[in-house]
Amino acid sequence: MTDIPSLLYTDVEDDLRATLRGLLADRCPWSDVLARVDTDEPYDESLWKSVAEDLGLAGLLIPESLGGAGATAREAAVTLEELARAVAPIPYYPSAILATTALTASPASEARDNALPALAAGTAIATLTIPATTAPGAEFPASITGSLDANGQLHLTGAATTVLAADRADLLVVPVLIDGEPHLALVDATAPGLTRTRATTLDATRPVGTITLDGVPATAIADPTQAPAALAHALVTGAALLASEQLGVAERSLEETVTYLKTRHQFGRPIGSYQALRHRAADLWADIAAARATARYAAAALAEGSDDAPIAASLAQAYCSDVAVHAAEECVQMHGGIGFTWEHPAHLYLKRAMSLSLLQGTPTHHRAALGGLVNLPSA
Amino acid sequence: MPQNSGATGVTAEEIRTRVRELAAAHDPATTDHVEFLGHRFDAGLAWVHFPVGCGGLGAPRALQQVAEQELAAAGAKPANVYRNPIGLGMGAPTVAVHGTEEQRSRLLRPLWTGEEVWCQLFSEPGAGSDLAGLATRAVRDGDDWIVNGQKVWTSFAHKARWAMLLARTDPDLPKHQGLTYFFLDMSLPGVEVRPLRQATGQAEFNEVFLTDVRIPDSMRADEVGKGWTVSNTTLMNERVAIGGGASPREGGVISPVAALWRSRPEVRTPALHDQVMKAWVEAEVARLANARIGQQLAAGKPGPEGSAAKISFARINQETTRLWLELSGEDGLTYDDWTMRRVDLGGSDGGRSAGYYYLRAKGNSIEGGTTEILRGVIADRVLELPREPRTDTKLPWKEIPR
Repeated sequence: MTDIPSLLYTDVEDDLRATLRGLLADRCPWSDVLARVDTDEPYDESLWKSVAEDLGLAGLLIPESLGGAGATAREAAVTLEELARAVAPIPYYPSAILATTALTASPASEARDNALPALAAGTAIATLTIPATTAPGAEFPASITGSLDANGQLHLTGAATTVLAADRADLLVVPVLIDGEPHLALVDATAPGLTRTRATTLDATRPVGTITLDGVPATAIADPTQAPAALAHALVTGAALLASEQLGVAERSLEETVTYLKTRHQFGRPIGSYQALRHRAADLWADIAAARATARYAAAALAEGSDDAPIAASLAQAYCSDVAVHAAEECVQMHGGIGFTWEHPAHLYLKRAMSLSLLQGTPTHHRAALGGLVNLPSA
Repeated sequence: MPQNSGATGVTAEEIRTRVRELAAAHDPATTDHVEFLGHRFDAGLAWVHFPVGCGGLGAPRALQQVAEQELAAAGAKPANVYRNPIGLGMGAPTVAVHGTEEQRSRLLRPLWTGEEVWCQLFSEPGAGSDLAGLATRAVRDGDDWIVNGQKVWTSFAHKARWAMLLARTDPDLPKHQGLTYFFLDMSLPGVEVRPLRQATGQAEFNEVFLTDVRIPDSMRADEVGKGWTVSNTTLMNERVAIGGGASPREGGVISPVAALWRSRPEVRTPALHDQVMKAWVEAEVARLANARIGQQLAAGKPGPEGSAAKISFARINQETTRLWLELSGEDGLTYDDWTMRRVDLGGSDGGRSAGYYYLRAKGNSIEGGTTEILRGVIADRVLELPREPRTDTKLPWKEIPR
C-alpha cells in the first residue's frame, strides 16, 4: 500500500466540470430528459454530438496518437459525475469507457486503430457486448462463439442480453470463444446476421437490449493471451468510474432535496427547520463527502495504473452504490407527495441510482469480491 | 487567523532556508527535544501562519506542510501532540487570535514545547450540548474575577497548568452575551481536580471544582461579554495537522476484527462475512475521507468535512466493536479489568479486551460534540437549512428554565 494519491480536483478537472455543467444546464434540463422518456428516441443525438465532438470528451481515454485526448480516468470520472447529475441520455459510459478501454487494452491492429479514432471523434458509438450486470472478476463470457470459414473469415454466433446501448452502437466489442479459447472481436453493427432489440428499462435514460449474432462476420482483435486481461481491464475501469456517476447522482439528489426543504412550508415553518429532516439531510451530506473521497481514489488508482485498482474499484462500488440509492430514495421521501409524481425529477435520479447499483456488480457482490482481494475469505 | 505583524509574502523557499538555519544552529540529532522545539518556536516555524513573535511568520497556512516536511527531512521530531493535544489544537489558535501581547508572550512558547499542558473548562453537568447555557459564575472584584462553579469531562485537567475557561459574567443578559473567556492558571487556590470514572471502569476525564478562584483581569481573553465568540474560535479549530501521514489500511478498530477473521476459520459464516466486509469497507472509506480532508487542509482549503468525519468515526467504531464482540463468542462475555485507572486521552489503551473497546466507543458519539449536534452543525453551516425555532436565545439567562 503506497501513499494515497491526491483525492482533490485539479484546476483542469474543475475547468472541465464547469464547461460540461454549463452545457448540460443549457441543453439537458431534466424536463427535456423526462419528455424523451415518452418518445421512441431514447438518445439525445444532438447532445452526444456536443459532448463528444464539440467538447472532445468521447476520446478522453484514447491516446493522442489515435485521435483522442490522452487524458486519464480522473478526467473521465469528472465527466461521468456531471453526466449523471443531469441524467444525460447519451451512451457515454458504454462507448467512451467500457468499449474504449477494452480496445485500448487490446494490442494495436488495423481494426482497432481504425475504430478508436472514430470513437474519439464521436462519429461512431461502441459498446461492449456483455450483460451490463457483469462484474470484474467474472468468468469470460461463453454465450457467443466464433468459427473461421473456408476463407479464414471469422463469424460469430450467439447472443448477449442487457447490453448497454445495444440498439444504438455502431461498433461492438465482443468477447467470444473460438475453439473454446477467449478472444475479443470487433463487429460492425450493420453487418448481416446481426439483430438487436431494445428492452424497456428501469432507467429509461440508459437503455439496454439483446444482441443476437448468426454467423456475423467479425475481426479478431485480442487473442487468448490478451483478451481476458483486456476484458478485465474494461470491467475494473467501468466499475471504478461508475462510482463517479453514483457520486454525481447522489449530489444532485441532495441538492434538490435541500432546495425543497428550504422552500416547502408545513405547519407554518419551512420543513427544513424540523430536526427529523435536518439530520437526515446532514447524514446524506456526510455520506456523500466520504463517497467523493472513495470515487476519487478509484479514479486516481486507475490513472496511476496502481495495483490497488481492483480493490479501489470494488471498494467504490461497495460504498458509492448504496450512497447514491439512499440519497435518491431520501430525495423522493423528503419531497413527500410531489416526489412520487411523474412530473417531478426525483424518480429520474432514483431510477438512475438504482440501475447504477446493478451495473458491473451489486454492492453485495463487490463486498464479497473484496473479501477475496484483501484476504478476508468467505465462510 | 491573523496574518499581520511584519513578514508578508513569505515563500516556501524562505521556509526551507529558515529550517536549514535552525537545523544548522541546533542539531536535531543532539539537541534535547523540548529545547529544539523552543528554538523552532523562536524561528517562527511552530505555526508558520501565526504572527511573528507568536511562533509564526505570518505566512500562508499551506506552507506549514513545507515546514513539517523540511523539518522531518532534517531529522527533527515534530511537536508532541499526545502530550498537549488540547493546547496545540485549540489553545494556541485561541491565544493567537484573542490574546493580548502579554498573554501571547507568556503562554504560547511553553504551550508549543509541551512544558505547559492545557485543558478546556467548557462543559458543565447542566450544560453539555447547550454550552451557552453554562452556569459557572465569574464576578468582578477590583483587578480580579472571583470564579465559582463546576466543570466536567475535562481531559488533562490533572496534568494541566492552563485552562481555557468559559464563565458567566452577566446573568441578566441573554445566554450568549453574558459569557467571558479566561486563561486560568490551574495552580491557583480553589481549583480542585477529581477523576471522573466512566463506563469502561477507567478515568480518562476529570471533574473540576472552582471555589472562589481569583483570576487576574489580565488573564481575560478579549472583551467582557465576548466569551461566546472566543469559544467559537476554540471549537472551530481542527487539530493542527502536525507531521505524520494518513493512517494505514486496516489501521483502526477493524484491525483486530480482520485478524480474528483470518485466524479463526471456525467463526466464519456467510452472514458474518458480509458484516465483516461492510465494516472493512466503512473503515477504508473513512480512511480515504480523512486523507482527503488532510489534503484539503494542506492545500490551504480546509472544508467542513471534519464534522462528517467525526460522525462516521463514532458510528464505525461502535458498529465494528459490536461485531468484534459477536465474533468473539464466549470470549465476548469476559472483561479484562474493572479497576479504576487513569488513562490520558490519546494515550495508549492497547491490549484491552474487546468489551473495553465496545464500551469506550460509546463515548465517541458523545465526546467533542454529540453526533446529533454535529448533524445540526452540518445542517446549519453547510446545507444552510432553516434553523429550528428557539425560545432561549433572547431571554435573560437567569429566566431560562433549567
